[in-house]
Amino acid sequence: MKYLDEFRARGPAEALIEKIQARNTDRPNFMEVCGTHTVAILKSGIKERLRGKINLISGPGCPVCVTSSQDVDKAISVAGIDGAILTTFGDMIRVPGTSSSLEKERAEGRDIRVIYSTMDAVAMAEKNPSKSVVLLAVGFETTTPTIAYAVSLAYERKLSNFFILSLNKLIPPAMSALLEMGEINLHGFICPGHVSTIIGPDPYRFISRDYGIPCVIAGFEATDILQAILMLLSHQEGAESRVMIQYKRSVTENGNPAALGLVDEVFERNDARWRGIGIIPESGLKLREKYKKYDVEDRFDIPQGTDHEPSDCICGRILRGISQPGDCKLFGKRCHPDHPIGPCMVSSEGTCAAHYFYGREER
Amino acid sequence: MCVAIPVKVIRIKDKKGLIEFGGLKKEIELSLTPDVRTGDYVLLHAGFAIQRLDEVEAKETLRLLEEMSEISG
Amino acid sequence: MKDTDKVLLAHGGGGGLSYQLIKDLILPAFEQHPILKELDDAARVSVKNGRLAFSTDSFVVKPMFFPGGDIGKLALCGTINDLAMVGAKPMYISVAFIIEEGLSLKTLGKVIESMEKVARLTGVQVVTGDTKVVEKGSLDQLFINTAGIGSIDDDLDISSSNAKVGDNIIMSGTIGDHGIAVLSQREGFEFQGNLLSDCAPLNHLVSRMTEKTKNIHVLRDPTRGGVASALNEIALQSGVEILLKEAKIPIKEEVRAACEMLGLDPLHIPSEGRLVAFVSEEDAGSVIETMREDPLGKDASIVGQVVSQGNSRVLLETIIGAKRILTLPKGELLPRIC
Repeated sequence: MKYLDEFRARGPAEALIEKIQARNTDRPNFMEVCGTHTVAILKSGIKERLRGKINLISGPGCPVCVTSSQDVDKAISVAGIDGAILTTFGDMIRVPGTSSSLEKERAEGRDIRVIYSTMDAVAMAEKNPSKSVVLLAVGFETTTPTIAYAVSLAYERKLSNFFILSLNKLIPPAMSALLEMGEINLHGFICPGHVSTIIGPDPYRFISRDYGIPCVIAGFEATDILQAILMLLSHQEGAESRVMIQYKRSVTENGNPAALGLVDEVFERNDARWRGIGIIPESGLKLREKYKKYDVEDRFDIPQGTDHEPSDCICGRILRGISQPGDCKLFGKRCHPDHPIGPCMVSSEGTCAAHYFYGREER
Repeated sequence: MCVAIPVKVIRIKDKKGLIEFGGLKKEIELSLTPDVRTGDYVLLHAGFAIQRLDEVEAKETLRLLEEMSEISG
Repeated sequence: MKDTDKVLLAHGGGGGLSYQLIKDLILPAFEQHPILKELDDAARVSVKNGRLAFSTDSFVVKPMFFPGGDIGKLALCGTINDLAMVGAKPMYISVAFIIEEGLSLKTLGKVIESMEKVARLTGVQVVTGDTKVVEKGSLDQLFINTAGIGSIDDDLDISSSNAKVGDNIIMSGTIGDHGIAVLSQREGFEFQGNLLSDCAPLNHLVSRMTEKTKNIHVLRDPTRGGVASALNEIALQSGVEILLKEAKIPIKEEVRAACEMLGLDPLHIPSEGRLVAFVSEEDAGSVIETMREDPLGKDASIVGQVVSQGNSRVLLETIIGAKRILTLPKGELLPRIC
């Protein structure tokens, strides 16, 4: 397949691994922010091949994992509205709220449907004029433009039965929060390739400028990630830190201006609650005044609820990069993909699930 | 959740496109990438094209990778 | 049927309408199946002395008709293949229908026709059956159960607990075709392409293999849970460690593409006309040659081997040469694929 197979070739991957192994390093800490990167690193075997040379730490870039149980409870309340159809992307179905999950609610008879594209939700609203179709908007900057487009389409078509529950979040503020918390000593960031396709390299510049940490925006194939790691290692000690782009075939200096413009037209920033981290200022999005009528919380009375974490679950620490799944006493035992306790095990891109399925190497 | 795949645009109508990927065809939204033309490769995410793939840059990246494989043998 | 074109509750009631269904729809389709015509409460069959294999499976695939097959074809192939996987020659099959009131008789007729085609192709006799009809809404159109008997030659010992260190693991063809073909018909996935289910009866292929050598230790068809499940189950039952090479696994480009698009792992997707065979090292070469002569084995390839005894697990050697444990897929990823 074009633009894919060529970047998965064994030869170049081996060559990159050799080069990385040949460098003198002091086991630097590199954080891969994005859940998709965590999975790619484990699934391809990169983590195993670089063991002892580089310390790869997973970050909070799993939008499902960072959705607070309070917000999951809100989604459950929405699904309980009379005449409502709640539409959601797949993974959110199994995330535990305080006492239930969307999957359990669906089994109880609530109308909850998995969609592949936000357009499915708009079509559903048009096909079911007597129902209130609510789009559960969870995701980072890669997905937000598709949500914004759905809202703008609803506006254009004057739909009165289409709503969103806005739980979209932004990655750079989370990276800033982690750096401010100062819990880990990072020597480099592997930045999310597809989020950056939309936002470009500028939003990360504060990291190199204010913290002196180099950043490389990486693609998702084995050679992309290995090349990005090599670029981080090649950054000279003492030299001015930069934000570099490895994923040049997709990430440009300006990102995707059309997408950014659309998001800016529809949304404005607000503070948001991130599971395991807390409230991060200006890290979430809410609908602007012009589009307020599509906010389900504006139209219906949704109880705010309170936040709860299951005891013994250390998802929060894992999302902040200070613990590994193996450190959790529930991992693989009480907390298992078939009966997950925390969101890191539920999402296919959660750090715990990724380790469970792909990270148990030969010992 | 950041999953996106590279697909080829084989037909465009209004703001929608028919794409081809590994022998499969599918209709997707092109509203986020207004400058895309037939024959371009784009990144597909949740039913939308989110960026046009730059062939020149892709070739350059591959060239660097190949160069490295040759040196290492 | 003169009076109606839909299945009615009365068709399952055991009375006149039931008899009409059997006489006008089922028996004519199974013209070549004399034991069925006897219509006794139980079929009387003969088998030669020796071991018998006995298997059953129920089929609830949605949608009923998919590219490359339908629930009828699946129902016959599924049980025939299970028998073949222990080296049995499939002989007799029972068919039980549970039908939702209102199903079109024409649709039912098509399903029955598909089943008869497979029976004829494989030489298996349909000897007995049952039909129940339930109220509209009680189930989704049609569920089928088949059970089958086969005879096993004395010199064969094929079982999932028989894998031996050194065995080569042969995959008969490309993986995941069936699951993806079915998924492609479901809402939300609308892609067009040449995705055909691999649904097929494997008994002839297995006969050729067992004629070539008796050193076939394990046969397994990777249905629910795909190759990952099949190999993990074998590793557990035999108490062995298996090494699977990702680069050697045969897979069609379209199936790979669909998996990429849907975020699925091809190793978790069911096939319904493929098998994995564990063959002793010295015989692997000739078995593969034999398999490749059969249309259902033309893409056969060696995908791994049994490396040691003791540690029950499957290791996957990735494309970049790293090894990781291949775990069982999680729960009900893909409902109603079989």
